[in-house]
Amino acid sequence: MRGRPLLYTSYESDQALLNTTTKKVMLGLFLLILVSIPFQLIPGLRFLGQDDWLRLLVTAAIFAIGALGLNILTGLAGQVSLGHAFFMGVGAYTAVWLGGPVDGPFIGLGLPIWIWLPAAGIVAALIGVAVGPTAVRVRGLYLAIVTLGLVFIGDYVFRNWNSLTGGAQVGRDFPPLQFRIWKEEDPLIDFTTPGSWFGVEVSGTAKTFFLLLLFTVVFTILAKNLQRTRVGRAFMSIRDRDIAAEIMGVNEFAYKLLAFGISSFYAGIAGALLASFVSRVIPERWDLFLSVQFIAIILIGGAGTVTGAILGSLFVVLLPRVVQDFTLWLQSVAIDGEGLLSAIANVFVATSPDDFGLVNTFAGVGPGLSVAQLNLVLYGLLIIGFLIFEPLGLYGIWLRIRNYWKGWPFTY
Amino acid sequence: MIHGLVVLAQETAGGNDFAQMLVDGISFGAIYALLAMGFVIIFKATSVINFAHGALTGLGAFLVAAFCTVLDFPGRYLTFLPEWAQWTVNALTALIAASLIGVLLERVFLRPMVGEALFAVAIVTLGIDIVVRTITNDWIGTQPRPLGAPWGLNVFDLGWVRIAYSEVVQIIVTIALLTAVALFFRTRTGVAMRATAFDQETARAQGVNVGRVFSQAWAIGAFLAGVAGLFYSVFPRRATGVDQATAFIAFRAFPAVIIGGLDSIPGAVVGGFAVGIAESAANSYLTFEFLGNGFPGIVGYLLMMLVLVIRPYGLMGTPEIRRV
Repeated sequence: MRGRPLLYTSYESDQALLNTTTKKVMLGLFLLILVSIPFQLIPGLRFLGQDDWLRLLVTAAIFAIGALGLNILTGLAGQVSLGHAFFMGVGAYTAVWLGGPVDGPFIGLGLPIWIWLPAAGIVAALIGVAVGPTAVRVRGLYLAIVTLGLVFIGDYVFRNWNSLTGGAQVGRDFPPLQFRIWKEEDPLIDFTTPGSWFGVEVSGTAKTFFLLLLFTVVFTILAKNLQRTRVGRAFMSIRDRDIAAEIMGVNEFAYKLLAFGISSFYAGIAGALLASFVSRVIPERWDLFLSVQFIAIILIGGAGTVTGAILGSLFVVLLPRVVQDFTLWLQSVAIDGEGLLSAIANVFVATSPDDFGLVNTFAGVGPGLSVAQLNLVLYGLLIIGFLIFEPLGLYGIWLRIRNYWKGWPFTY
Repeated sequence: MIHGLVVLAQETAGGNDFAQMLVDGISFGAIYALLAMGFVIIFKATSVINFAHGALTGLGAFLVAAFCTVLDFPGRYLTFLPEWAQWTVNALTALIAASLIGVLLERVFLRPMVGEALFAVAIVTLGIDIVVRTITNDWIGTQPRPLGAPWGLNVFDLGWVRIAYSEVVQIIVTIALLTAVALFFRTRTGVAMRATAFDQETARAQGVNVGRVFSQAWAIGAFLAGVAGLFYSVFPRRATGVDQATAFIAFRAFPAVIIGGLDSIPGAVVGGFAVGIAESAANSYLTFEFLGNGFPGIVGYLLMMLVLVIRPYGLMGTPEIRRV
C-alpha cells in the first residue's frame, strides 16, 4: 500500500491541504528560500536581498493578500469585480483614521497596529456587505459595471475628503508598521528601522519582509482552507451554476454577500498594508488600474487557485522591474556592441533621443514607448495572451509540466 | 424629475440658465448616446462587453486629428473642394481607418475567444483597452492635438440660449447616425445581425456568416466611438483637442448603457441623453461647496445605481429568464 501516489486511506489525508509528500517538501523548500532571501545566502538569488528588490517582494506579498481576496470572489464564487481598488482604499483610509497621528493636520486617533489593521479589513468587509445587495441583485456583466462605478465613486470621495485623505494629488502619511501596546512613544517592535533580531542584524526592509511573509502565509492558509469548507463548496456551486446551487439549498443571496464580505476584508487588509508600507499615498492610487492589476494577477496566475494568486502577484509586481532592467541592458548592447545582436537590439530600443526604436528610454516625447508604457502594453498583451492560450494561467503551465513528468518517460 | 428640475431652476436662476443647461446636457448626451449605441451594437451582435470602447474613442479622435491637421490626407489631393469639405473627407477617412482597426482587433484578439465565458471575453477587452490606449497616448504625446474643425469657436444666440456651431453639427450628425442605425437594422445585413444577436448557432444554421457580422458590428461600434471622440475633442467640450484623458470619456458613458439596458439600442440613446442632462444639471445646480470637485463625473454612476436597485436589467433591457 505504501509509496503509491494518490492512494489515500482516510478522508483526512484525502482532504489535507498538502496531500502529497512532494508538495510538503516543495513548500518547505520554497519557504526556506524566501526566509533566506534577506541574508543573501543562495547564489543566483542574492540580488533579491538588495533593498530595492526586497521592497518589490514586500509589495508582491501585499498584492498576494489582495489577490487571494479577489480570488475568493472571482475565482471561487464566480463574481467579476472591478471594485477591488475601492475596497483597498477603504481599508487604507480606515487604517489612517484609526492609526494616524492625533496632533497632525488630518484626522487620526493614534491607535496601535493591532487595532487599525484588523479594523481596516472589517470596515472594508462591512462596506462590501453594505453595497452587496445592489451588487448581488445584478448578474454577470452588469455586476462588472456596478463595481466599476464603485471605483469611480470611491475615487471622487477620496479626492474630496481632504481632512481624511490629504486631498487630490497631495495625499498624506500613513501609520508605519510598528507594533505598540498602546499609544506609548517607543514601539515595542519596529518593522521599519534596522536592528538586531535574536542576535542577527537585519535591515528595516528585511523586517518588513518577514512580517509580510508571515501575514501572507496566514492569509494563504485561510484562503486555501476556505476552499474545502462548506462555505467554499457553496461558492463554487454558485460559480458553476447558480440555479443548480439554489436547488441544492445554497442560499445564493447570503453566500454572494459573504463572498463580497470576505473578499473586501482581504482587500481592506491589503490596502492598509500597502499604504502603510509605501507610507505616503495619494487618493488617486486607488483607481481602476489597480483593480485591473488584480484581475491581471488572478488571470495570469490562474483563476480559482491559491497558488495562482501568489505566482501571479510575483509575476505582475516583478515584471516592470525585469522589463526595465532588460530594456536598459538591451540599450547598452545597442549602443556599444557590434554584430547581429546589437543590430537587432537597435530596432527595439532607441540609442539616442531622436533615434527610432520601439522603446525609447530617454525622457521627452520622441518616437517609441517609454519603459512605463512598454510595461502597460505588456500587461495588456499578457492578459489577452493568457486568456486566449492558457486560461488556467501560470498554474496551468505548471500543471502541464507536472503532468508531463508524472508519467515520464511514457506519454500517459 | 424634470418637473423638479424646472422648479429648482426657477428658484435658483430663472428660465434662461435652465434652457442653457438643457442644451448643454443634450449636446453632451448626444456624445454619450453615440458611445452607448456603439457599445450596445457590439454587445448585441457579438455578446462582448467592450471595455476597450474608451480606447477606440481616443484612437478615433486621434486619427481625426492626425488625418486632418498633420497628414491632411486625402484632402491635399482634393484641392478643388472647399476647405470644410476637405476637412470632412479627411475626418471620414480617419473614422473609416478607426473602424478598420476595430475590425482588426476583433479578428485578432476576440475571434479566438468565441464560445468562452463572457467574463473572460470582457477581461480580454480590458487588455485590449490597456494596449490600444497606451499606444494611442504615446502617439498623442503630452500636448493636446487640435482637430482643426472648420466651424471653429463660432457660436450664435437662439432666444434664451447660446449654441455653438459644432453643437448644431453634432446634433445633426447624431440624429443622422441614429436614423442610419435604425434603418440599417431593416436591411438584409441588419437582419443578419439581429439574427446573430438572438442566437448565434441558429443564425449560422440559416446561412448567416456570423464572422462577418462580428466584423461589421465592430466596424460600426468603432466608427460611432470615433465620432463621439471627435465631438468630445472640439470647441464646447475640449477646445484644445484630443489628449491622453480623452479615452476616459467612455467610462462616463458606461452608466448610460446600463441605465438603458445592456442589450437595448433605444435604451442606449435614452440612457445617453439621461446621463448627459443629469451631468449638465449637476454642473449647473449642484454647486454646493461640500460636494467638492468632480461631482458631475459620478452623477451617471449614482443614477445607474438608483436605476439598478429598481430595475436590475436597466430601463429597457431584456430581463434574463431563469429557466429551472
